[in-house]
Amino acid sequence: MGNDVYVVGIDMIKFGRFPETSVSKLAAQAALGALDDAGVSIKDIQALWCGNLMQASNMVGQQLLQEIGQTGIGVVNCANACATGATAFRDAWMSIKAGIYDLVLAVGVEQMGKGLLGGAGGGKGISKEGLVGSLTMPAVFAEAGMEHSRKYGTTFAQFAKVSVKNHHHSTMNPKAMYQIETPLEAVMGAEMISYPNTKLMCSVNVDGSAAAVLCSEKKARELGLGRAVKVRASVLTSDPWQERDLVMPDVNSCTRLAAKQAYEMAGVGPDDISLVELHDCFATAELLHYENLGLCADGEAGRLIDEGETALGGRVPVNCSGGLLSKGHPLGATGIANLYEVATHLRGEADKRQVNGARFGLTHVIGLGSACAIHILEKPA
Amino acid sequence: MSDKSVEARPLPAVPFLKIPAEGSPYLEALKCGACGALYLAERVACGKCAARGGFSPTRLANRGTLYSYSIVCRSFPGIEVPYVSAIVDLEGGGTVKGNLIGVAPEPAKLSFGMPVEVVFKDALGRKDREGHSYLSYFFQPRA
Repeated sequence: MGNDVYVVGIDMIKFGRFPETSVSKLAAQAALGALDDAGVSIKDIQALWCGNLMQASNMVGQQLLQEIGQTGIGVVNCANACATGATAFRDAWMSIKAGIYDLVLAVGVEQMGKGLLGGAGGGKGISKEGLVGSLTMPAVFAEAGMEHSRKYGTTFAQFAKVSVKNHHHSTMNPKAMYQIETPLEAVMGAEMISYPNTKLMCSVNVDGSAAAVLCSEKKARELGLGRAVKVRASVLTSDPWQERDLVMPDVNSCTRLAAKQAYEMAGVGPDDISLVELHDCFATAELLHYENLGLCADGEAGRLIDEGETALGGRVPVNCSGGLLSKGHPLGATGIANLYEVATHLRGEADKRQVNGARFGLTHVIGLGSACAIHILEKPA
Repeated sequence: MSDKSVEARPLPAVPFLKIPAEGSPYLEALKCGACGALYLAERVACGKCAARGGFSPTRLANRGTLYSYSIVCRSFPGIEVPYVSAIVDLEGGGTVKGNLIGVAPEPAKLSFGMPVEVVFKDALGRKDREGHSYLSYFFQPRA
C-alpha cells in the first residue's frame, strides 16, 4: 500500500461578516462540516492544525476543541500571512506522509472587520505612509501589476476583466460573500483605490472558516474511497532573493519555485490541470500568476483574460468560486477554502459552476512577506 | 556645544537617509563585501549569498528611472491623496520606493523609464511626539 494522503472530508462556511460570534465558533462550524463530510467524529481525529492570523497568540485551535470536543490531541496553531490555512493543511499532510498519524484535521479561520490592510506606520519617529510611497496592500499589488504592464503592455481594462470574470463566477457559488455581476464599466468606474486597482478589484474582507479531514491511504480504504480526493502535491516556498525585493514584495519568484516543485511532485504539467484557484487578492495579481503557474507563456496573461480562456467554460477556468475578489478573503481560512473549491469540482459536486470532467486541480496562495503554498489534487478514483 | 542648534536640525525620515554635518543629504545603502548586493538596512548576513563578511556603506545616486508605480487614491485617515508611490531604479544600482512629486498623479503623465532625480525636503510637515522635524526624500521628473 502506498503512502498517499487523501482528503476525505472538507467544508467551508458561507463567507460573510459575523461580528457577533467568536473565532472559535466560526472554526467549529467548518470543522464539524468537514468531520460530517468524512463520516468521522472528533473522537477519531489524532491531531489538529489550526491556521489563524489575527489572533495567532490566542490558542485558537484549543479554543476550537473546547467548542467541539476536548479529546487531548496535539494541536498546532500556525500563522503564515495569507498562506496560513494552506500551511496548516500542508503540515497536517506532512504528519501523515511521515507515518505519525492516520487521520487528522486542518482548520483555517479568520474574523476580520472592514478596512484597508497594510503598514499603518506607528512605532518611533513619524508615519512613513504617503511619505516614502505606500505600503497599503492595494498599492503594493498595483505596483506588482504595473511591473507586468511595463514588460508586456498589460492594460487597466485587462486587469479589470479579472474582476468581471470572478464576480460572474461567484453568482454560481452560494458560499461566496457576493453574488453580483459587475460589468467592465462598473469595475473600471468604481472608486479608484490604488491605480490600477479600483474598489471592485480588491478582495473583500470577510469572516470565514474552512476545514479538511486528511488521512492515510490505509484509513481512506477503511472509510471508503468513493469521494476521497488524493493530494498529489503539497509545496511551500519562501521568497528567494530578488534585486528589487527591498521595496517590491515579490509574489512571482516564490510562486514559480513552488509551481515547478508541485508539478514535479505530482508528475503532471500545467496542461493536465482542469481548474485553478489562485491568489487573486487584487485583480492585478491574478494575471501575474497565470504566467507564474505556467498556464501560459510569459507575456500572454493579457491574451488569456481577453479570450476567456480562464473563465468557466474556457481552457483552464481560474477562480470558479469567485476568488478572493468576490467569494471573500478571510486571511487564515483562504488556503483551505481554495482546497474546498477544487475538491468540490473533483467530486463533481460544484453544481452550476461545475468544471466538467475535472481530473486535476491546483490551489495557490501567497502570504506577503512572502510564503507560497501550492497543492495539486486528483479526483476520486 | 551648541546642543540647541543640533536639535533644531531635522532628523532623517528613514535610516538610509544620511544628513552630514556639512554638504548635501544623500541616500546610503550597505553593500555585501562578497557579492555586492545592496541593502537599505543592516542584515546579519547577506540575503543573496549568505556571506557573513560584512557590508560597506555605499552612497546611492541622485538620479534614476521610474521602474513601476501606483497612484494611491485611498490611504489611511490623515494621509493626503492622491499621490504617486514610485519604485525607482537608481543609476549605479539600488532600487528605492518613494513619492513621485512634480507631476500630475495621472496615468497619462507617467511613463515607465522616465528619468527622475532624488530631492530632499521636509517630511510633509510631519513631526514626532517630541516635536522634531524630519527630512525626507522625494523623486521628481528631470529633463
